[in-house]
Amino acid sequence: MENGINPFSISHHTSSIYHLLLDMRNLWIFISRYNAFFLFIIFFLIGVYLTIKNNSYQRSVTLNSTNEVVGNAYSRLNVFKSYINLGMVNDSLAAENAKLKTTLLGLTTIDSAKDVKVIDTTTNQQYTYLAAKVVKNSITLRNNVMTINKGTLSGLETGMAVISPQRGVVGFIRDVSEHFATIQSLLHKDTKISVIIKKNNALGSLVWGENNFDIRKAFIKEVPNHIKMSVGDTVVTSGFGKFPAGILVGRLSKTNVATNDNFLSAELNLFNDFSTLQYVYVIKNKLAKEQDLLENPVKVK
Amino acid sequence: MNSSVIIVNSIRWFILLFVQIFLLKNMGFYDLSTPFIYVLFLLLLPFGIPNILLYLLAFGTGLTLDTFYDTMGVHATACVVLAFVRISFISISLNKDAIDDPEPSLSYMGFQWFALYAFLCVITHHLVLFFLETFRLTEIGYTLMRCGLSCIFTLLIILLVEFIFYKRTHR
Repeated sequence: MENGINPFSISHHTSSIYHLLLDMRNLWIFISRYNAFFLFIIFFLIGVYLTIKNNSYQRSVTLNSTNEVVGNAYSRLNVFKSYINLGMVNDSLAAENAKLKTTLLGLTTIDSAKDVKVIDTTTNQQYTYLAAKVVKNSITLRNNVMTINKGTLSGLETGMAVISPQRGVVGFIRDVSEHFATIQSLLHKDTKISVIIKKNNALGSLVWGENNFDIRKAFIKEVPNHIKMSVGDTVVTSGFGKFPAGILVGRLSKTNVATNDNFLSAELNLFNDFSTLQYVYVIKNKLAKEQDLLENPVKVK
Repeated sequence: MNSSVIIVNSIRWFILLFVQIFLLKNMGFYDLSTPFIYVLFLLLLPFGIPNILLYLLAFGTGLTLDTFYDTMGVHATACVVLAFVRISFISISLNKDAIDDPEPSLSYMGFQWFALYAFLCVITHHLVLFFLETFRLTEIGYTLMRCGLSCIFTLLIILLVEFIFYKRTHR
């Protein structure tokens, strides 16, 4: 006390350290009392570690099972995560779906059709047939127009004749863009096609929609009065218009239909079914310009 | 622990490991029964040995076997388990203060005690050994059969050796 330093006095701080040491001593007593068990744990873990570390088979088994556990944990977490992200995933899938569908459409509608040359040896005219797909069709209106997927790049021009691949006429090209063209079909009030009755070469004019709007029926008008028509007569194109001669049009179903002019009229069943039209052939007439120039020299200039 | 005990145990260690590595390693009945006689060294270590020394010796012996068997760590782990069983069994079955025998051998402890002691130690050692070696539970039947047959083989040889080196004592 006189020195100011008492080595045996226990201050506040040292007492807490003393308690800590006491606790640690108790812990040490506990450990040393059961030292066999703790030593066993230590050596056992070292042994297992050595086994797994140095034996390739045991290592692979351990790693695989560990990976499985970790993988399972991750997959469970992923279920939760993916549930949270469902909305986003849905949007991206929809976008991808649309993209793929677009690609698929491109693949299925590849148009490998090319120009087919047909040499008409009787008239020495050269016609070219160009296949085109109908991309829009209408049959229910008074004036029906359809659209095909060929345009000026394929050499189409206004006024070209269009026929059905099976048999029968379709109409004329009306408007042309780069890749598309519209067809003024037979089912239109302005469409008139020059036809003949094959049996007697009687000239007539094919129209549609005068009194009925049945797409399977049309009328042949302006047939001279002395011509005898009978049901079942075949009607073909005359060759005087844009169409080549001899294209099948239909078969007469009702003759001598009363009209208020001086010509005969008849009803005929069309061979062509406009409602199921998928492909059409556009007929290019190589000599059309020459003929037109000859017949209408002033207009074309 | 005097020097004679150390010398005796050292010689025992060498002989047992020599026999195990150069003779019994090549023995076996259709890969089903393989004796592991070297555990007798751990069984016969004196009573007074400290636990840490027992574990170190068990671990070292196991590692030595592992180097020859190319199964690093398997025998070491099995020997550590055997040491734990040995300590537990002795502390349960015997009063530690009243032990006056130097080592737990058949000569000192009698057949009944020694047989149970050897059986428990050997079976745990073999269980750990074979399951660490197989390292999967799909062939558990085959593993258990191997374990049981090897255990019988090992116990037979251990008892045989103990009876051969039987020292008649006051019991």
